[in-house]
Amino acid sequence: MEVDEIEAPTPVLEVRDVSKRFLGVVALDQVSLALHPGEVHALVGENGAGKSTLIKVMTGVYQPDEGEIVYLTQPVTYTRPRDAQAAGISTIYQEVNLVPLLSVARNLFLGREPKNRLGLIDTGRMHREAADLLASYGISVDVRRPLRELGLGIQQMVAITRAVSTDARVVIMDEPTSSLEPREVERLFEVVNLLRARQVAVLYITHKLDEVFKLCQRVTVLRDGRLVHTGDVAAITRLRLVAAMLGRDAAEVQAHGVTSFGEEHQQRDDRLVLEARGLTRRHVLDGVSIGIRRGEVVGLAGLLGSGRTETAKAIFGAQPLDQGSVSVDGRPLRLGSPQAAIGAGIAMLPEDRKAEGIVPNLSVRENIVLAALPALTRAGFLSERRQDELVAAFIGRLRIKASSPDQPVAELSGGNQQKVLLARMLCLDPKVLVLDEPTRGIDVGAKAEVQSLIDDLAGKGLGVLLISSELEEVVEGSDAVVVLKDGVVVGTLGRDEIGEERIMELIAEAGRADAGGTDG
Amino acid sequence: MRAAPMGEAILTGSLSARRDLLAWVGDRGVYVALVLLVAFNLVFTANFATVGNLRLQLIQVVPVAIVALGMALVIGTEGIDLSVGSTMAIAAALLPLYLGYGPWVAIPIALLAGGLVGLVNGGLVAFVGVQPIVATLGLLVAGRGIALVFAQGRLTELFDPTLTAIGTDRIAGIPITVLVAAAVAGVVGLVVRRTTFGRRVVAIGGNRGASVLAGLPVRRTLVVVYVVSGLLAALAGILDTARLSAADPSFVGLLIELSAITAVVVGGTPLSGGRVRILGTLAGALLMQLISATLIKHDLPDSTARMIAAAIIVAAVYLQRTRVAA
Repeated sequence: MEVDEIEAPTPVLEVRDVSKRFLGVVALDQVSLALHPGEVHALVGENGAGKSTLIKVMTGVYQPDEGEIVYLTQPVTYTRPRDAQAAGISTIYQEVNLVPLLSVARNLFLGREPKNRLGLIDTGRMHREAADLLASYGISVDVRRPLRELGLGIQQMVAITRAVSTDARVVIMDEPTSSLEPREVERLFEVVNLLRARQVAVLYITHKLDEVFKLCQRVTVLRDGRLVHTGDVAAITRLRLVAAMLGRDAAEVQAHGVTSFGEEHQQRDDRLVLEARGLTRRHVLDGVSIGIRRGEVVGLAGLLGSGRTETAKAIFGAQPLDQGSVSVDGRPLRLGSPQAAIGAGIAMLPEDRKAEGIVPNLSVRENIVLAALPALTRAGFLSERRQDELVAAFIGRLRIKASSPDQPVAELSGGNQQKVLLARMLCLDPKVLVLDEPTRGIDVGAKAEVQSLIDDLAGKGLGVLLISSELEEVVEGSDAVVVLKDGVVVGTLGRDEIGEERIMELIAEAGRADAGGTDG
Repeated sequence: MRAAPMGEAILTGSLSARRDLLAWVGDRGVYVALVLLVAFNLVFTANFATVGNLRLQLIQVVPVAIVALGMALVIGTEGIDLSVGSTMAIAAALLPLYLGYGPWVAIPIALLAGGLVGLVNGGLVAFVGVQPIVATLGLLVAGRGIALVFAQGRLTELFDPTLTAIGTDRIAGIPITVLVAAAVAGVVGLVVRRTTFGRRVVAIGGNRGASVLAGLPVRRTLVVVYVVSGLLAALAGILDTARLSAADPSFVGLLIELSAITAVVVGGTPLSGGRVRILGTLAGALLMQLISATLIKHDLPDSTARMIAAAIIVAAVYLQRTRVAA
């Protein structure tokens, strides 16, 4: 852990050695953080790093198990978010939580509307004050219009103005630019700088490195619930920041393996089994192209929110696209249809096992054959004999531990659920596997088994697209790595160039050149 | 406290035992309740165990049972169909208009109308993305209006011998309407257990996102489910009309959506979908019928029967919740 000297002025809000556990799982471990007036403090970290838990502890949604929150030099305990807000700690969440049908002015003054002598809302005064308030942030908009008629950027601005107009000393922003246009981002930055000038302390949660370096003075990195770095933005390089986020020491990336992936795969064929070209979706993907050969594992690397999952889903037809094409064995695929993708020989393992993978009420057997139902059907009826053969074969081959094929899949461990989903894919006898976080949330043993299975399948000539937030998995499991950043491919590494350091460099470097770019 | 740890253990032990019991009751309680109610009637109700009375109970349960079978499929997909009663009314109102061409023209037309209602519901749910309760609420309200327009607001007596025979004749002592309901139950049961379609219904209800990613034709399945519900509602309307020899669009199937939903839920199909219990649904329909019959036999008014039905719904949904939580 590296901590720079804390500056002279007293922090307005301080988190001291806070720990938080959920059912024994540590979400925050002895985290300390100080916010100073007139400072924009970036909070970064990958998924599950503890960022949201930290915000929630700061705003009274959760109570810390250990440690204390000090606000204006007084230890405080907020039991409700409303108390924190009243005290001057405002939070702006990723999704704008305002009332879309009410006017801009009503939203600004919700719950504290100016009243006339009869105790009714003084509409005239409210509209005037709302317009003035917004004008002071350089926003001119008809405050009588319903909020939902305005762009997301303006809505975000109204949310910020509302948060700040309640005499906030601390403003917490959770990925405020995730749904904004570049032009709106510029406007947001102006507002944030204005807050800074007014001596407000801003905690700015983001996944975008460019924003850290453009907007923030200090940065704190969380990983796995622990604070791994805090200090001045000016004193850290992009590469070191990325390394801290991913849990790597850039200087000593080791050559030896941490995963169960074997040697490089034998390419059997030079033709592309899968070719995705120019996948484009506004705000999400911008011209992503990927080619996979038979027997090749292509890794997809990038930080959270870089468009990894969206690329996977786009290839599989589960992510709407504005433009782009996907072809399997040279034959173009009807886009936007998982059925068409499966028909062409693509199978996908979704990132979110619970939400998009298992059907919890159904048995192991029913879950395994779910995608293969068409092949098991004769005149509408399910062939139980062939179903049972298939299920028995895959339970054996993948060593799925279940008391019987009738056991509800929800009762299995994460690793075995994942194997059930892999079996579901393999039932389809696919040519291309799209694996989104195949080893997330499963135990070490199952992880190793899944990794060798991927190797094995590639060895049999399948094309594999491998997504993982664990860098070593991508590095050691892939024959080529495509690096994504903000929905754009920023680099493609061939077999000899793959390395954790190289990937981190690409993530850190790219965008520096176009950091100021604001095309609408 | 001296024996605190031990007391705690006993407490948690009994809690989980209680939860298991509740889950078991939520699962099979409908059969237990049915047996208890029949036993009560055998002892305390005069003329209960007569052929005539049992036949009457079965005849009266037919419309609810048929509608509930379609409803079970809809609820299995995590949906709901409120328009079934109005669909019955539309089918009933159409019969007299086309009986001039003979019953074998009028009946298919009435069924077709039910299918169309289902197509609208299913289209709204599957393709437009309207919530099922809202989508079918529209036709709950509008459907009966449409029926009254067809019937010009009147009750129409029907004098068709075929229709009357369907409504009142028996084969081997069993009313034809009961045989039809049994056949429908058999087919729906087979579909749920043995066909790919049945598997898709529970998969969609269990996890729609996963079903989409597994390449299941989710939208098509949803549309078919609502069409089946509409067809079965129309069939129930036709049988009811045949039994009464009169088309009464103002009252046929009135509030039947509530009885059908109750039968389904009491029968062990959770409102959150993902499971379809056909036998349980039939038992649920029979249970609701027997409750109301028992109360009437013992001179309690229909209003009381409704309150008891309400209590049973709440209890059934509560038990479903504990099962899910456990």
